[in-house]
Amino acid sequence: MPQLDPSNYPSQLFWLVVTFVALYFVVVKAVLPRIAEVMEARQDKIDDDLKAAAERKEEAEAVWADYEQKQRESQDRARDFLKTAHDEMAAESTRQNDALTARLAEQNAATENNIKAAKQEAMANLNQTVVEVTAAATAKLIGERPSDEQVGQAVQAVVGQTAMGGRD
Amino acid sequence: MAESGGHSPLEQFVIKDIVPLRFGDLDLSFTNASLFMVLTLIIVSVFLIGGMRRGAMVPGRWQSMAELSYEFIGGLIRDTVGQEGRKYFPLIFTLFMFILLGNLLGMIPYSFTFTSQIIVTFALAIVVFIGVTILGFVKHGMHFFSFFVPPGAPLYMWPLLIPIEIISYLSRPISLSVRLFANMLAGHTLLKVIAGFIAVLGVAGILPFALVVALTGLEILIAFLQAYVFAILTCLYINDAIHLH
Repeated sequence: MPQLDPSNYPSQLFWLVVTFVALYFVVVKAVLPRIAEVMEARQDKIDDDLKAAAERKEEAEAVWADYEQKQRESQDRARDFLKTAHDEMAAESTRQNDALTARLAEQNAATENNIKAAKQEAMANLNQTVVEVTAAATAKLIGERPSDEQVGQAVQAVVGQTAMGGRD
Repeated sequence: MAESGGHSPLEQFVIKDIVPLRFGDLDLSFTNASLFMVLTLIIVSVFLIGGMRRGAMVPGRWQSMAELSYEFIGGLIRDTVGQEGRKYFPLIFTLFMFILLGNLLGMIPYSFTFTSQIIVTFALAIVVFIGVTILGFVKHGMHFFSFFVPPGAPLYMWPLLIPIEIISYLSRPISLSVRLFANMLAGHTLLKVIAGFIAVLGVAGILPFALVVALTGLEILIAFLQAYVFAILTCLYINDAIHLH
């Protein structure tokens, strides 16, 4: 077996040491720093990107919260507006209702007064007529015309009693 | 194969001088083995430096492979040794790449496999062995000898166990070097033996040819595997030296 021939050992060992040590220095000086640098840069980039993504997410969440807040506010405002409008309309309606009621009551009262006045006038005229009729009738019966005051008192007494008897 | 007069399957392992260099009795000739060591050095350097040349944020194929080899060994050390293993990364990474490329270059027909030379694998293994032993003594001083006493073993077993442990420890460089050497030797010899049948069998030579193709695939797998095994065993030895047991 050629491997067991010691005559070539020095040469093999020498070149092994030379090439292995050379490769070791290439690895230590050139390769590893470069790979570490590239991978570190990549890791940094990934970390940065992740951080940026997290920031964007926070921003988006803030905007969303803001939006929700605004939506709530506008809903509240709309509700207030509706309530105000409703209250105003209710107040206006009540006011108009009251005014109408008052006017109607006024007109009612005026009408009643008119009726009362007309009735009093009618009653007064009736009294006058009754007094005259009574005076004329008395004069016819006893031939003596009583004074208007006497007849008036007598009529008043009778009418008053009748009036008290329930007739309006 | 077709090399002049090369009928022996072991012909492929013969060292041939390319540039003779002699200093008195010392023969440091540049041989075919030296050539492939230098090729390994160049290819690994070009592979790693060229791959990382652009240093792209999103790596291409080449850069991915360079980074993959870095992360592969990084993960290996993290899993076996832990954080203390970080400073041995350059050595293990160099060992792995050197052996891997030596194995893979040997798979090219007519090339030379320097990892099939016992002196080369033994030199690598003995460096690891001595380095790990020194590391053990530096870390633990004389306490390192407690490594040879299995924990929890009863006292009366010590006379038996301690010699076993010492022999097992001392045989590490041998097993480490012979494992790689024997795998490369056996694989390449087997390929040559079977390849020898191809021409002899004529048309039926298609069968050994198919076998050679299949075995070449297997050998490439073994080339990776043995480099990996060498690296992981080095890690385990370092772990033993740092943590004892």
